[in-house]
Amino acid sequence: MSLRDKYAIVGAATTKFGRLPGSTPIGLTVEAAKLAIEDSGLKKEDIDCVLTKFPRTGFVNLYAHQIAQHLGIVPTIAAEIDNAGATNATLVQYAMMAMDAGMIKAAVCCYGDNPVTGVPGTYGQGRGSDAAYGLFGVAAGYAMITLRHMHEFGTTSRQLGAVAVSTRKWASMNPNAQMRTPITIEDHQNSRWVAWPLHLLDCCLVSDGGAAVVVTSAESARSLKKPAVYIMGIGQMHIAWELTHRPILTEAGGKESGEMAFRMAGITPKDIDVAEIYDCFTITPIMTLEDYGFCGKGEGGAFVEGGKIEPGGELPLNTSGGLLSESGMAGMQLIVEAVRQLRGECGEHQVKDAEVACVSLQGGVMHTHSTLILRR
Amino acid sequence: MVEYSKPLPEITPDNKPFWDACKRHELSLQRCQDCGHLRLPSPICQKCLSMNSGWVSVSGRGKVYTWTMIFQRYNPVFADELPYNVAMVELEEGPRLITNIVGCNNEDLRIGMEVEVVFEDVTEEITLPRFKPVS
Repeated sequence: MSLRDKYAIVGAATTKFGRLPGSTPIGLTVEAAKLAIEDSGLKKEDIDCVLTKFPRTGFVNLYAHQIAQHLGIVPTIAAEIDNAGATNATLVQYAMMAMDAGMIKAAVCCYGDNPVTGVPGTYGQGRGSDAAYGLFGVAAGYAMITLRHMHEFGTTSRQLGAVAVSTRKWASMNPNAQMRTPITIEDHQNSRWVAWPLHLLDCCLVSDGGAAVVVTSAESARSLKKPAVYIMGIGQMHIAWELTHRPILTEAGGKESGEMAFRMAGITPKDIDVAEIYDCFTITPIMTLEDYGFCGKGEGGAFVEGGKIEPGGELPLNTSGGLLSESGMAGMQLIVEAVRQLRGECGEHQVKDAEVACVSLQGGVMHTHSTLILRR
Repeated sequence: MVEYSKPLPEITPDNKPFWDACKRHELSLQRCQDCGHLRLPSPICQKCLSMNSGWVSVSGRGKVYTWTMIFQRYNPVFADELPYNVAMVELEEGPRLITNIVGCNNEDLRIGMEVEVVFEDVTEEITLPRFKPVS
């Protein structure tokens, strides 16, 4: 039986983003959770499930249980789940499943971390034994995928740059975004190399911060103070961890995850008013747009050019500025942004009459993927 | 011998035969004794879940599948070599591995370039398989 429209996001919030001295992963997580619970109009006593992603800065045993304790919540279900950057949308999905099993009534899905001030270098660690060859961090993996995409489809660096330019335009209208000064394609082209063919402006920010959402049944949602945001479709797919083990590099788990979510929702990409698509590197939304069927395989580079994804464009993409310009956090903030767009809360960067949104999260080096399709 | 300060692969019971072969300057992959699937070190066959396996020497020839040039100073021990390449080579026999291409300027690297293995004894214990263009 389909879960379509049976559950809703009723609370959504973020902390500040950026360099937050004195912050801790648990402090940012509970701050975001508190704000999301307040936003929902529920009391903490109404929440019986706490789901989180463990902090990338370091593993903490029984982390969700500690967060629950700090929040004064005694949960029926508590878990920390690791699907890397895809985790936060999967938390929402597991909350829905637990509700559908009749085990819980309302969940807070929350995440916070401080890779800037807490553990600098978190995202630049050696990649297992491949560090012997100088493979550190994740940019190199995305660079190797990007080069294949360029090789197979003729995608250009300037097309990658169109994604960076667009997210900065959106961020310029978002007071909570870290990088609000507009950039040009030339700025992108002139930014230093990180891992060729990726420039600095192809790479997302690294940020301290937290974000959270509250999920409950559609029925409960209707009595709450803010308009419910219904979950129409969900999907996931997790392909081989190592790049060497994938048959091709230019298609990722987004294909199956997106198909699953759109099928459940009963809609197609044409029906999407706002897309929040994980943009850890500029290649990622380009490939995800292809994998989701917004355009054909290999056409993502051309799709993002010409203002189509910018303010006023046909497909508003990453309307808060995304990971490239708003916050480099691991994705919960994209779900929050989709909720705010559908509620009409986005002020200057509000997309007019936004009714249906899709959120794509992914992680590792295009290894994990999760999808949410939401409507107001 | 100057002390080697770069990260080394972690030798485990599962991958030790691979690194032992490298020490003998042989590139060796694991072959499933039930379905014949050739793989990088793993305790189990991804095709048939058999745990019976042996090790076979492979040609050491392949093609560059993709690559990157690292400019970011992630680790000070690589600072003198920036920018350096990291490549994925697809072996003639099918499996791909992460490596470096040597004996070639980074600017001359191309996807599809034919390469062959060369071995570099970096410590007494560890020999790294790298690849150079086929002359």
